[in-house]
Amino acid sequence: MADCFNIKDLDLYYGDFKALKKVNMDIEENKITAFIGPSGCGKSTLLRSLNRMNDLIEGCRIEGSIKLFSEDIYGKDMDVTLLRKRVGMAFQKPNLFPMSVYDNVAYGPRTHGIKGRYELDEIVETSLRNAAIWDEVKDRLKKSALGLSGGQQQRLCIARALAVNPEVILLDEPTSALDPISTGKIEELLMTLVNKYSIIIVTHNMQQATRISDNTAFFLQGEVVEYSNTEKLFSMPENKKTEDYITGRFG
Amino acid sequence: MKKRKVKENFMEGLFFIAAAASIFAVVLICFFLMANGVPAIGKIGLVKFLFGTEWSPSDIPPLYGIASMIVGSLYVTAGAIIIGVPIGLFTAVFLSKICPTKLYKIMKPGVDLLAGIPSVVYGFFGMAAVVPIFGNSIISGCIILGIMILPTIIGISESAIRAVPSEYYEGSVALGAGKYRTLYKVVVPAAKSGILAGIVLGIGRAIGETMAVIMVMGNQARMPVSLLKGARTLTGNIVIEMGYAEGLHREALIATGVVLFVFILIINLSFSALKGRKK
Ligand SMILES: Nc1ncnc2c1ncn2[C@@H]1O[C@H](COP(=O)(O)OP(=O)(O)OP(=O)(O)O)[C@@H](O)[C@H]1O
Ligand SMILES: [Mg+2]
Repeated sequence: MADCFNIKDLDLYYGDFKALKKVNMDIEENKITAFIGPSGCGKSTLLRSLNRMNDLIEGCRIEGSIKLFSEDIYGKDMDVTLLRKRVGMAFQKPNLFPMSVYDNVAYGPRTHGIKGRYELDEIVETSLRNAAIWDEVKDRLKKSALGLSGGQQQRLCIARALAVNPEVILLDEPTSALDPISTGKIEELLMTLVNKYSIIIVTHNMQQATRISDNTAFFLQGEVVEYSNTEKLFSMPENKKTEDYITGRFG
Repeated sequence: MKKRKVKENFMEGLFFIAAAASIFAVVLICFFLMANGVPAIGKIGLVKFLFGTEWSPSDIPPLYGIASMIVGSLYVTAGAIIIGVPIGLFTAVFLSKICPTKLYKIMKPGVDLLAGIPSVVYGFFGMAAVVPIFGNSIISGCIILGIMILPTIIGISESAIRAVPSEYYEGSVALGAGKYRTLYKVVVPAAKSGILAGIVLGIGRAIGETMAVIMVMGNQARMPVSLLKGARTLTGNIVIEMGYAEGLHREALIATGVVLFVFILIINLSFSALKGRKK
């Protein structure tokens, strides 16, 4: 099984503050990888380094390397827009644009130069079907996306990310604002998507990590304390701090 | 105990009176305009007044048609919008999303200063810098007014753009869109109603402007014939002739004010409507 990301000796600074310390991780292709850990330990920071969303933050810089299918994503030849097309992202709060459902999903493909009406229609439908939301929105494609429920919006965000045909999908606490039923739907969705995509998810919900992920990384104060097969990490953690965290003794 | 109550009531009354003063002023202005202007429109005849193209108070019988000035006002206002809106909008986007903090600290006060410059100074600037090129003409008026409405459009558009949640920006960038595509396709459209409100307020400013326009535009009371020729606006008509007008002439000028007032009313109503639509 190949790796989608190889992270090597990664340090990340926000100004003088060192938010990630010597992170080494190989993330497997076509698997769900979960990042867990207490608030402020650097999960989102690492996730956002993977598609260089950290570039938007002034004073943020990294040392070390991250490779996507053995290509250095911080290398000179890397086209950042292309990287973000290959590594899609959904955020904690659904952030659909104030446009129609259709235009939201078509936004990515249009950005990457797809203009044909027929082709766009097809991409939109396929993406919506893959995100398991087609049946709920097919009659209201032309209406504003902001009228949907929170859970629907989050699945639509995933559909929007799928529409540019990414290789990896990053999700930062995608269900933390959702009810259990919507959460269940998203988890189900991720488990079907993983056949085609590699998925990395940040979650505060340890049950969620055990339910859906293949591998789990436990973060503490900018360091990856333990990273292994999910089942193993939760049943026989090697590190005392991991054990304390998953048994609820702190965090 | 009782003393405190009295003090409370007194303070409440004070605030109320202060708040009522401005409303009172609006009502008074409205009443004054209507009382003096409307009978004149009755005497001249509404159609003749609004659509008459001849304004010759000294003819016998005098002619009081303000169509040429309505058209004049609309021309300069439209021209000011054509010049001011693109520049203002680009500046607003630049200030809110592109320019580095250091430059912002210089540019923002500069734009604010533009708002504080008295209109005679604009007029003087126009006479010195614009009139030598375009003459006393509608074009000169458009250019000066276009500059004068910049701070209004920039200020309101900038805050509308800043109010767009950064999540939209991030969402677009995360899909691989560049900064400028994101601004053009997502951020600015999301601020659309605020920007439109700014434009409407700019229109209000342009249509009501008097001094600078008189100084650069020539003020011939006739149907505008060319952008390079002079024309008169509604405000210009009032200021130029009010000093010596008497009788019906004077009333006709006040009636011109009524028409202006109605324009401003329409503009402000559309402004409120646009602002209300945001939610
Ligand atoms: N833009 C920023 N500028 C400066 N420091 C930041 C910035 N973003 C995050 N940090 C700091 O970096 C550290 C890691 O933050 P990060 O958001 O990655 O944590 P997290 O694990 O995702 O937490 P949470 O579970 O609360 O989302 C925190 O100490 C945070 O204060
Ligand atoms: Mg986070």
